[in-house]
Formats: sequence, structure tokens, C-alpha cells
Amino acid sequence: MMEKMIIGRYVPGESILHKMDPRSKLIIVFLFVCVVFIANNALTYGVLAAYTFLMVGMSKIPPRFLYGGLKPVLLLVLFTFLLHIFLTKEGELVFELGWLKVYEEGIRQGIFISLRFLLLILITSLLTLTTTPIEITDGLETLLNPLKKVKFPVHELALMMSISLRFIPTLMQETDKIMKAQTARGVEYNSGPIKERIKAIVPLLIPLFISSFKRAEELAVAMEARGYKGGEGRTKYRQLTWGLPDTTMILFLGAVTFLLILLRG
Amino acid sequence: MSKPLVSIENVSFSYDGQQTPALKNISFDILEGEWLAIVGHNGSGKSTLAKLLNGLQFPQEGSIAVCGITLSEDTIWEIRKNVGMVFQNPDNQFVGTTVRDDVAFGLENHGVPRDVMVERVQTSLDKVKMGTFLNQESHHLSGGQKQRVAIAGVLALQPAIIILDEATSMLDPRGRAEVINTVRELKERENITVISITHDLEEAAKADRIIVMNRGELYREGSPEEIFQMDEELIKLGLDIPFPVKMSKIMRQKGVGLSKSYLTEEELVTELWTSHSKM
Repeated sequence: MMEKMIIGRYVPGESILHKMDPRSKLIIVFLFVCVVFIANNALTYGVLAAYTFLMVGMSKIPPRFLYGGLKPVLLLVLFTFLLHIFLTKEGELVFELGWLKVYEEGIRQGIFISLRFLLLILITSLLTLTTTPIEITDGLETLLNPLKKVKFPVHELALMMSISLRFIPTLMQETDKIMKAQTARGVEYNSGPIKERIKAIVPLLIPLFISSFKRAEELAVAMEARGYKGGEGRTKYRQLTWGLPDTTMILFLGAVTFLLILLRG
Repeated sequence: MSKPLVSIENVSFSYDGQQTPALKNISFDILEGEWLAIVGHNGSGKSTLAKLLNGLQFPQEGSIAVCGITLSEDTIWEIRKNVGMVFQNPDNQFVGTTVRDDVAFGLENHGVPRDVMVERVQTSLDKVKMGTFLNQESHHLSGGQKQRVAIAGVLALQPAIIILDEATSMLDPRGRAEVINTVRELKERENITVISITHDLEEAAKADRIIVMNRGELYREGSPEEIFQMDEELIKLGLDIPFPVKMSKIMRQKGVGLSKSYLTEEELVTELWTSHSKM
């Protein structure tokens, strides 16, 4: 099931969205999250949906892949929809089923809010699907740079993020190794009652924690030996390049926003 | 062989809260361009010595000078640039997400401009034959490859000295050979001084000079030939003699006329198969 989840996953590709600067993508996602709230009628929601599907198209990510990956999230969307239908008691009564009363406003709200939810998920997924985690980290670091003036540890945060990203596969491999070692000693992870299975996680987590601390210590020594002394006076190897597509895409979202304000009811 | 590149004078060191000192009154020089192996069993103080050379720890007594600079709080950054270290665990010294990022890490720390960085990352990776792995992530590499990347990271800073702190002990035989051969080539071509801290005497046999450490003291110093004459004494120190040396010794005891003890298998084999064809 975890393999199918696409939230936070990167799919390599050559589309325009893949090649864009992570900064512009982050800005667009941030703006989109705000812009979504401008929409308040069928027409404006239509415009938003059209924009989102255009983006999905540009990412060249197969819609079927996207659909498969978002299936678990769709359940959540459906839940919000039902919640609105049943709990909103405004407007004309549409129909009645025993104790269940569905109102016009409920259907409207249900559709709009779940659509809003769905579009947000799609756009944010597109960000992570077309941008490697390290690019997102770099983008965030540069975007948050002004915060350094108020003593916000931007560099440290970015370094922490990139080191965590670097160690995910290492720790995964280690987890796998420990699991096998514990299985060989008679621990069962895949059968038995839930309570037993949760208990079986303890002998997995403890060795993992201990070794992570050891790794952290060794890594710190290695970093120091290589001359790490904090963000001060450091140059950067990774370079972000802002191109024409980046400006164009931001302007395009600006135009969409303008249209939304015009069409808003 | 010329002037001393590193000089260690009367150095003593003990860790906080430990009664027995890790190093007791150690003095020796390391010459420019040599390959020095420091051997000893666990807890003999050999790794502590390595940490002192890089300024990761400071001696309580005595002084250390590297490339003419005396080690102190103010000079460690300069010294760390000159003394590169490769550690034991290949995973726990890989900082960057990809090979190129990792090699660049040291350069970034020292504020090297980006265009110089790009060039140095490529050349140092080429030197360790990892030039085609630029965008590879660490978990796709073998242990030997990761250690070679670590060496490239050190080389990028153009150091005078490379310290291998048990750098091959977690590798399989192939990885070990990869790393040792890489270092050997670099030493010849770039005239880098190599200090290898190890308990693998096969590795130490390839050095120009060996220092044997025991309980924080400098026990013996000499060429590999001299050191391996110690035989039983080495075993008492918790070290083992390399196989070819052991083999030559036994053969001599059995009356096979070998002219000397051989340090490498190759030498021994060559001697053996040519020994009856003296024409």
C-alpha cells in the first residue's frame, strides 16, 4: 500500500514542470493555496479545475498513475463531501430519507469544498512529483533567506532537511536488516493479534534508535573534520537558475487569479 | 624523503573522566611524501592520535605542528584544510545526497567559489575513478565506492596529508583493494603524505614505515621488514602477522631456502616458482 502512495514521491521526467526552478514552483503552490479561496461559484471553480488539469497535463505524469496514487485521499474527499451534505441545513429541502434531510446548500457546499480539497491535493502533489526533495530544500532555503535577519536558522534547517533526506534510504536498509535479524530470533511481524504486532515493533525500534545516535555522532565528527563550522562564510555548490518558464508560469497564475476575481459571484 | 611535515612532541592526552591516559608522551615526525602506518590493537591510542592530528581533539601536554603550523584553536581550520580524514564507516561520513554534493561539502565549508568548486569536484572524482557517478545517491554505491567518494571529498581540498582512520576495516576484500590502490596511486602522483591507522597488518605491510602503538605508548617504529621480525611480540600486542610473512617463516624453519621474509603474497610466489630455475 505504501508503494502506491504518491504523496511526497518524485517521478523523474523531462517536462517543463520538472525543469522549472523549485523556487517558482514553491511560490506558485503557495499562491494557489490562497487563490483557491477566491472561487465561490460554478464558473470560478471551473476555471480553477481547468488550471489544475492544465498543470497535470504539462507535468506529463500519466493521469492513471496520479489517480491510483490519490485513491486513498479520494476517500477523505468523499468523507468531507458527505459531512457537508448531512450537516448543512440551509436552503431548500431537496429530499428526505427517513431521518436524513438533504438541503440544496448542503449539496453545493459539499461539491465545492471537496473540489477545493481535491485541487489543492493535486497541485501540491504535482510539486513533489516533479521536484526532487533536495531541490525543494534548496528552494526553501533561498526563499526563506530574508528570515536570517530575524535570526531564524535557515541554513541549519536546510542542512537538517538534506541530511534527513540523505539518511532515509540508509535507515530503511538498516530497518530491513534489523527486521530480518529479529525474525531469525523468532519475532513475528506479519501475523498474530494487533497487540502482539505492536509489541514486536519495540525490538525493531530500539536498535534502530541506538544506531541512529551513533551515526549522528560519527557524522558530526566527519563533518567537523571536513571543515564544517556553520553557515557563516559558506559557499553553495547547488545553483538554482530562474528562467523564462518560471516567470511565465507565475504571470499565468496571476492572470488566472485576475480572471477569478472578475468572475466571482 | 625530506623535512618533517608533521612533528609531534611529547604529546599526552586523556579523555574526560578516564583515569588511564589514551596517549602517553608520544614524539615522532612524519616526513613529506611517506606512507606511514600506525598499528595497534583496540584502545592502543591510534585513533586518538589521528583525531589529534586533525584538531578534533587537543593534546593536554606537548605540541603538534602540521605543515609548519602549530595546532591550536585558531589554526584548526587551516590545518583541517591540509589534513584530510577518511573514517571507518562509509555511510556515516557521506553528507551530501548525491556523490557530487558530498564531494562539494568540504569545498562549501571552506568558502571556495562555485566555478572552482565545479571543476574540483570533477577532477577529484576522476582521480578516484568515480567521475561517472556524479549524480548517484549513496545507497546505490558499494562500500568501496563510498570510501573512494570520501577520498575525493578530501582531495578536493588539495590537502598535504590524508589520514585513513580504519578506512578499509568495514569493506570486503575487493573494496579494500580498491581503496588501497586508489590511495597508493594518489600518493605516487600527487605526492600526498598518507597516514593509515589500521589493525590490518596486510595493509600496513604496504607502508614505507610502521609505528606500533600499545597502551597509549609508541612501542616500536621501523620499516615493515623490521616490524615483522617481531613475530611473537606482535601477537602478544594483539596483532597478527601477515600471511606471507608467516608462510616464509614456517618455510624457512622447514629448511626451504628463502633469502628473506616476504611481505606480499606476490613476492613470495615469485620467489618460490623461480627458486629452482636458477639458470
